Amino acid sequence: MPHSVTPESTPADDSSRTISQAGSIKSEPDTQDVAMEDAPTPPVAEKSKINLEELFDDEDSDDEFPSSAPVLKEEELSQPAPLKISSRSAFSDPEIMRAFYQRLFPFRQLFQWLNHSATPSPHFAHREFAFTLPNDAYLRYQSFPTSDLLRKQCIQMLPSRFEIGPMYSTNPRDRKTLRKASAFKPVMKELVFDIDMTDYDDIRTCCTGASICLNCWSFITMAIKTIDIALREDFGFKHILWVYSGRRGAHAWVCDKRAREMDDQKRRSIAGYLELLKGGDQGGKKVNARRPLHPHLERSLKILKEHFQTSILAEQDPWASEEKSVQLLNLLPDPTLKAALQKKWDSSPSRPSAAKWADIDALAKSGALSKTPRDLLEAKQDIILEYTYPRLDAEVSKKLNHLLKSPFVVHPGTGRVCVPIDTRKVEEFDPLSVPTVTQLLTEIDDWEGEEGEKKLQDWEKTSLKPYVDYFRRFVAGLLEEEKPVLKREREDGADAMEF
Amino acid sequence: MIRHDYSRVDPKRRANLDYKKRQWANAEFQQQNYEHRLNLYVVPPTAEITLEEFETWAINRLKVLSELEACSFRNRSPEETAEFMKGILDKYLPLRSASSKSQKLQDERRKDHYSHFILRLAFSSTEDLRRRFSRLETMLFRLRFKDDDLRERQEFVRSLNLEWDEVKEDEKRELREELLAASGQKKGEEQEWFKVDWERVPELVEQRKVLLKRGKAYVPQREQMSLVVAEFTKKLDDALELTARALPRLDEDDRLAPILAHLSQSFTAPDAAYSSSDANIDGLSTISANSIDTLSQNFPLCMRNLHTTLRENSHLKHYGRLQYTLFLKGIGLSLDECLVFWRRSFKLMTDDKFQKEYKYNVRHAYGDVGGDANRRGRGYTPYSCQKLLTEPLPGPGQAHGCPYRTFTPDNLTSILQRVGVNDRDVLKSVKEDVGKQRYHVACNRVFEWSHKREIKKVKDDGSWGANDLDTITHPNTYFKRSWLLKHLGEGNAGLVNGSGGGEKMEE
Repeated sequence: MPHSVTPESTPADDSSRTISQAGSIKSEPDTQDVAMEDAPTPPVAEKSKINLEELFDDEDSDDEFPSSAPVLKEEELSQPAPLKISSRSAFSDPEIMRAFYQRLFPFRQLFQWLNHSATPSPHFAHREFAFTLPNDAYLRYQSFPTSDLLRKQCIQMLPSRFEIGPMYSTNPRDRKTLRKASAFKPVMKELVFDIDMTDYDDIRTCCTGASICLNCWSFITMAIKTIDIALREDFGFKHILWVYSGRRGAHAWVCDKRAREMDDQKRRSIAGYLELLKGGDQGGKKVNARRPLHPHLERSLKILKEHFQTSILAEQDPWASEEKSVQLLNLLPDPTLKAALQKKWDSSPSRPSAAKWADIDALAKSGALSKTPRDLLEAKQDIILEYTYPRLDAEVSKKLNHLLKSPFVVHPGTGRVCVPIDTRKVEEFDPLSVPTVTQLLTEIDDWEGEEGEKKLQDWEKTSLKPYVDYFRRFVAGLLEEEKPVLKREREDGADAMEF
Repeated sequence: MIRHDYSRVDPKRRANLDYKKRQWANAEFQQQNYEHRLNLYVVPPTAEITLEEFETWAINRLKVLSELEACSFRNRSPEETAEFMKGILDKYLPLRSASSKSQKLQDERRKDHYSHFILRLAFSSTEDLRRRFSRLETMLFRLRFKDDDLRERQEFVRSLNLEWDEVKEDEKRELREELLAASGQKKGEEQEWFKVDWERVPELVEQRKVLLKRGKAYVPQREQMSLVVAEFTKKLDDALELTARALPRLDEDDRLAPILAHLSQSFTAPDAAYSSSDANIDGLSTISANSIDTLSQNFPLCMRNLHTTLRENSHLKHYGRLQYTLFLKGIGLSLDECLVFWRRSFKLMTDDKFQKEYKYNVRHAYGDVGGDANRRGRGYTPYSCQKLLTEPLPGPGQAHGCPYRTFTPDNLTSILQRVGVNDRDVLKSVKEDVGKQRYHVACNRVFEWSHKREIKKVKDDGSWGANDLDTITHPNTYFKRSWLLKHLGEGNAGLVNGSGGGEKMEE
C-alpha cells in the first residue's frame, strides 16, 4: 500500500471510534490491534493532511452529486487516483469508501424508494438505519430526515456497509426520550427474504464456504425464479426487488403497501408457505410433501425439473462418489430397489449422478420394485425438490423488525456492489461480473465525456448505470402506485378538461 | 357489578348517549338471552352477580385454562387434549348443546360469559398475560367449536355475519383441479368454497392448505373453523388492549381488585420450570471450561448432541450456540469460563473473528450486554423441554432442538447406541414413544434406564422422595439429577432435598 494512504486514513478511523464509544452497543474496546497499527504513522504529516481534507469535505457537501469532469478541484481529488485503483488496496479503505459514497451511491433513489413520495415524510424519517463502522462497531437506530443527511453521515463515518430496518412509530433517534417505551414500536417494513449459499453446503460440490462459481449460483437463480413467481401469482405482490447480496446470496424486498404493513404473524405464514425443507442433518429426508402436491409446489416442481437435469445432475454431480451415493439411496423408500441399486453401483462405483438417477427407473422397470410406481415417482419428486427447492433463511422474513443490508452498498469482502437483479433476465445475471467498487472508481477516471454534453452524474459514467437505471424504474413504478388516490383522480380529471 | 357511584351519569339519561354505548342503555340489569352455545364475547355482561359467584366462576374457568395449557406443554395431540379436557370441562364449565333443552342451559352460558369477562379483567394488565390469555381462550374456543353439533355450529357462524365471498360455479369449475390439490381432497367430494383475503387465514396459508390466487385465499367449507377462530382471536386481542386501558378505573373498587390480583398471580408463568437452584449442585466443584467434556457424560441427549457436533465441526450454528450457552449457564458455568470454552471449541477460527462475531452473543445470553431489561434479567433463561419442543424444526446444518423430535428413528437409535443405550427393549419403547410424539417420555425413559441402579438405591434407602424423581421437563434438571445420582457415594446423597423443595416442577 502506498505510504500516502496511511496518514489520511487515520483521522477517519479515530473519529469513528469516538462515535462508536459514545453510541454503540459494543462498549468493550476490542481495538488493541488497531491501535497498534496506528502507532507508527508520522504525526507531522497527519496534521497537515487533516486540514486539507476538512476543506474538501465542506465544499463537497454543498452540491448533491459532484461531478468530476469539468470542475478543477475534482481534478485535485482524483490526483491520488493510483492508490485507489491499485487492485491490492482493500475495498473498505477509507479513501475508497469516501469516494464511493460521494460519487457513486444513489442516495436520491434510495430515498424515494423508502419514502414513497417526493417530499420527505415519516416513511423515510422514522426509518431505522444501522451502520457497520470501519472498526466493526455496530451503530443502530440511526435515522435521517432527508437523503442528503444520510449521505452526509455516510461520508463522515464511512460505514463499511449499512442496513435498513423498519419504520418506527416515532423517530428512532428519539426513542429514549419517550415517556413510555411501548410508544416506540416498528410499524412497517418491506417483506424481505434472504437466500444464502451456506444453506446449500450439504448439496453443493463445486465450491465450499464463502466462494462461489457460476455453477452454484444457479441454486440462487432457481430460488429467485420459484419465490418470485409465488409472491406475484399467489400473493398478488407486484413490486419485488431482488438484490445481489455481494458475495453468495440474494435478498428480496417486497415493497407493496400490503406487504409492508404486515404484522409478524402474517410474515411468518408467508415464510411457512414458501418453506419446504424441514429437519436438520440427522433428520433424514428433508422433503415430505403432501399429495396431491399443492399448486405452488406443483408449479415449483415444473420450474425446477429442468434445472435438476442440468444444474444438479450434470454440473453438481452430487452422488458421484461411493459415500455420496448412499445419500441418494437413503432417500428412496423401497428396500428391494435400494438393494438392487446398491449391487449395481458397487460394481461400478463412480458412475456419474445422471447415470445413477437413470438407473433408478431402469431397475424399477426391470422388476426390482416392491412398492407401487406411484410411490417411487413421489419419492423422486421429493428428491428433486430437496436438491433444488429454495432454502430460505426464514427467520429474516418472519420479523417485522429484522434489519437487512441496503441495496447498493459494497460488500466488504468482495468489494462488489449489491446491485439489483432484473428478474426478467435472472438467468443472465453473473455475480462474478458485478462491478467492484475499485473498478467503478477507475471507470469514472477513465471516462472521457464530450464537450458541451449534458453534465453527467458520476454513476452514469460507470457500469453501475444499468443497475441504477433499473432501480430507478422500479422506484418509479412503486411511486406511481403509492400516489394518493385522490391526487391521481384529479390528475386524470385535469387531462380531460384541458383547455 | 360495580358499586353505585353518585358521580356517574344518571341512568335514565344514558339512552341519549352515544349509540356505541347503547348496549348499556337497555341492558341495565337485564338478563341476556344466549341463543348459541358458542360466544365471541363481544357484549360484556351487565346483570348483577354475587361476589362469591364472581370468584368461584373465575376460579373454575382458570382451572380449565391451566389444564389446557398443561396439555400443550405435554405436547398432547388435539385428539388427546379433547379427550382429556372433556372431563374437566364437564366438571368446571359445562356447556350443553341446545338439543338438551335443559333449564340450566341459560345458566351455563351465563356462567361461561361472565367468567370470561372476569378473567379478561384479571389478565389484561401486562402484555405477557394478555398474550397467554388470548392463546388459551382461543384454544378453548377451538375445542368447543369442534365438538359443537353441526347444525348449531352453522347457525352460529351465520349469526356472525362474516364477509365471505362464495366461489361461483364457473370459477369453481375452472379451478377445480387446483382447488382439490390445495386442500388435499379426493375427487368427487364436492363442496363449497369461500374466497377471502389471505391475511384472514394466515394459519391455513402457513400450512399450505388453501389455494392462493393473486392475494385471495380459497377456503374450503370445512376449514371454516380457522376463519372463525381467527376472528375470535382478533376480537379478543383488540378487546384486551382496550380493557388494559380501562383497568385503572377499577382502582376505586376495593372488593374486586384483590380478587383479580389473586387470580392473575395464581396463573404462574411457564418459565417457572427452571429455577436458579438448579445451578447449585452440592458436591460439584466450580465448573470450568475444561470440565465440560467430562461433565457431558451427564448431559441430556439434546445437549450431548450439540457437544459432539461442536467437537466434530469445531463450530455450531446460531441457535445451537444459544441453546448450549444457556444450558451451560444453567449448570453454573461462569461467563468468563463460557467464553473460554467457546473460544477453544472454535479451533479453526481466528481470534479476531471470534471477538467480532461470537463473543457478543455469548455475553448477551448471560445478560452482560444488551438492553436494560436483558441485563436486569441476567440474560435469557435456559430453555426448557417445552421450549425446545415447540420451536421450529432445525434447518440444514443446524443441530439444535430435541433429538427425539428432530432425528429420524434410525438416526436416533444410532446416536442412542453411541451414548451407550444398548438395551433392545428401551430402544424399542423409545421408538414407540417418538412415534406418538411423546418426546419427553422417551427422554425420561432413557434417563431411568441409564440411572436404574442409582434410582433403585435412593428409592430403597428412602433418601430421595417422589418429588425428586418427578418427570424431567428441563435439560438442566436432567443434568442435575444425573450428576447427583452418579456421585451418590461421595457424601452428598440426600442433599438434593435441601434444594429440591425450591425447584418444584410445574405440573
